[in-house]
Amino acid sequence: MKSKTDIEKRVFLSGNEAIALGAYESGVRVASAYPGTPSTEIIENISKYKGVYAEWSPNEKVAVEVALGASFAGVRAMASMKHVGLNIAADPLFTAAYTGVRGGLVIVTADDPEMHSSQNEQDNRNYAFAAKVPMLEPSDPAEAKEFVKIAFRISEDFDTPVLLRTTTRVSHVKGIVLPGKRESSKVKAGIEKIPEKFVMLPANARKRRRELGIRMERLRSFADTFPENRIEQGDKKRGFITSGVSYLYVKEVFPQASVLKLGMVYPLPEKLIKDFADAVEEVYVVEELDPFIELRVKAFGIKCKGKELIPSSGELNSNILRKAIEGGEGSRFEPVEIPQRPPNLCPGCPHRGVFYAISRLGAFVAGDIGCYTLAALKPLSAMDSCVCMGAGIGNALGMEKALGKEALGKTIAVIGDSTFIHSGITGLIDIVYNRGFTTVVILDNRTTAMTGHQPHPATGTTITGDYSAVIDIEALCRAVGVKHVHTVDPNDIEATYKLLKTEIGRPEPSVVITRHPCVLLPEMRKRKEKPLYLIIPERCTGCRSCLKLGCPAIEWVPLSEQEAKKLGFKEKQKGYARINAVLCDGCGQCVSVCKFNSIVLSGEERGKR
Amino acid sequence: MESGNIIFCGVGGQGILLASEITSLALLKAGFDVKKSEVHGMAQRGGSVVAHLRYGEKVYSPLIEPGTADIELAFEMLESLRYIPYLGRESKVVVNTQRILPSSVATGTERYPEAIVEELRTRGLSVFPVDAFEMAKALGEIKAVNMVLVGALSIFLPIGEKAFVDVITERVPERFLMVNKAAFLEGREAIVRMRNS
Ligand code: SF4
Ligand code: SF4
Repeated sequence: MKSKTDIEKRVFLSGNEAIALGAYESGVRVASAYPGTPSTEIIENISKYKGVYAEWSPNEKVAVEVALGASFAGVRAMASMKHVGLNIAADPLFTAAYTGVRGGLVIVTADDPEMHSSQNEQDNRNYAFAAKVPMLEPSDPAEAKEFVKIAFRISEDFDTPVLLRTTTRVSHVKGIVLPGKRESSKVKAGIEKIPEKFVMLPANARKRRRELGIRMERLRSFADTFPENRIEQGDKKRGFITSGVSYLYVKEVFPQASVLKLGMVYPLPEKLIKDFADAVEEVYVVEELDPFIELRVKAFGIKCKGKELIPSSGELNSNILRKAIEGGEGSRFEPVEIPQRPPNLCPGCPHRGVFYAISRLGAFVAGDIGCYTLAALKPLSAMDSCVCMGAGIGNALGMEKALGKEALGKTIAVIGDSTFIHSGITGLIDIVYNRGFTTVVILDNRTTAMTGHQPHPATGTTITGDYSAVIDIEALCRAVGVKHVHTVDPNDIEATYKLLKTEIGRPEPSVVITRHPCVLLPEMRKRKEKPLYLIIPERCTGCRSCLKLGCPAIEWVPLSEQEAKKLGFKEKQKGYARINAVLCDGCGQCVSVCKFNSIVLSGEERGKR
Repeated sequence: MESGNIIFCGVGGQGILLASEITSLALLKAGFDVKKSEVHGMAQRGGSVVAHLRYGEKVYSPLIEPGTADIELAFEMLESLRYIPYLGRESKVVVNTQRILPSSVATGTERYPEAIVEELRTRGLSVFPVDAFEMAKALGEIKAVNMVLVGALSIFLPIGEKAFVDVITERVPERFLMVNKAAFLEGREAIVRMRNS
């Protein structure tokens, strides 16, 4: 049992909050990020500490460049992102491995096995190998905090950026953390010109490449004595090599077994692994996703079991592990067949209006990443591709170039405001430069909604809520050469449809900005007067048109013949629609969708037909 | 030292994260090790939401194994059925009898299952239905549904009322405090009454 004072000092933090605390305790001075689940809360929490500059960068590449610059200036810096964000930031990362650092530089990659909120489940441990930088992997929030501090020390001692990898079940798990003291770097802040280190001309880069080789050798021997690569001696029958959250599942299922817990997953401690393997009868490698450790253990000449038992996609858990190694199924209840509850756009979401209008165009909709990707689901079914941030614009242009004039009026690109700034601008330039005619719809809801409403360069505020310059998206589009730039309120479905219809048929580049704030933004939630819409039952013919909007507030009430008659509907009418007053957000989109004028503003029920 | 697994489930926007947070902090105060796992991002847009909470002397895995949840706290009826594979024969289910229609039901393509409580009971589970929505409404704050449910859950945990009230006082903003405390106590009461009858 812990002492009382120990208990009082304990705090309950998520992995991401713990990383933020670790950054603060490490004396981080500059932190940068672009929002992405499951990494977002790292910088949101860092930004609350005094004495740390924190920013939302336009994208992850810029975030890493900013952090690297801060390191060049001799302060400790951190950039954080989701796994796919590191793809964008890979360019500066690979060369930062050559330049090395002055102040410590830690880059956090938060992977998402199982794709809870992602388009793929890439295993970013592969980046450590490819970029030749060390990578630490914590198992829980307490370790996450400590590992950040260790990562900064390694970064400065070895003159290298350090990757810290979490997964959803580390970032979004809460556990007990003990806060510590703030330390500071021995490096002196200031400008130092060291061109042979910072200017990666081929002649310098070749020298740095040799340095990098020597550094990796030093890191390899460091790994063998690194205390966070530790053997927990248990019975000798089975030995598990594992890291990250998988370690917790191993301890849960095989508390008596011997375990080699790797705090550093790259480079691996060859000698330690060999010693461990020698001391046990059978070696198992337990890791989520790729056989990253397994392949290397095998390359050391060690016989082990791994992916032939453990799945290489999706998350692990103690149940999967138990089944994989011991076989058999625990007793449990069978799942019950019940209606699914997929996520949906909020009631009143402005995206619904645009996508309803778009669905009437019959075009191929090259989409992108955000809440609006949900428009791909029924009943809107208004998105035909979604690949990565910014991809929609290039995809639509590519289709247009493949099909020529035939594509006119048949393809359209759709992208959110934050996503447009992240990586849509270059695609738009491509359309103009290469004489395309693709229409780009920018869904400007004044925020980065999906990840929890972060500001971005076109919203006018920063991460700390300070006012800032606002990018004028219209002017930006005109500046890159688009002549036809129009803005419309997506809640006005008719106007949006007409505008889109005209622009998509135009044999020249065009941009349609649909602007209306996300209904979850504070200014929208705190609206004093929210209009309420209702459906006049006598006018409802049961045509179900309004249900095609997919608004959660519109419900269908089925009727039997008798009920229909009793309520004064036509006998054949199968039901009628009604609006749930608790859910309706008052956007008014549904009004124009009903051909029988049965949807009206509350209080105007007796109005004209 | 006692240990336990609690599964929280419901619909995005019902205050599940705060409810599981308050419960975790109360357990933490009592000296337990606690781990809680939740999912953010796309899953929260009105979809089904689940959080795992595990406590004990020392907790490793942040996820509850199927068949091993001691208590399910369901914020919505249909959702109580969805996570049934996590329950075992001895599990207790505290379920809010509120119904939130999934889109397929709202648009008439699927039906909302009837007699969910019976469905749970036929599996031998101890079920405690609570009309948390009505109770919160009567208190004048429908957002307090989650606190009613925390109150109901608290009866089954090895910690006293005070630990919870302390945590609620620390975590809930001043102007909502009274109503949240009241909601918590009503939730407790509801279970006490059920057990006595
Ligand atoms: S959070 Fe905003 S953008 Fe996302 S679905 Fe809801 S209203 Fe739409
Ligand atoms: S006005 Fe219509 S579309 Fe908008 S939230 Fe209300 S019911 Fe849904």
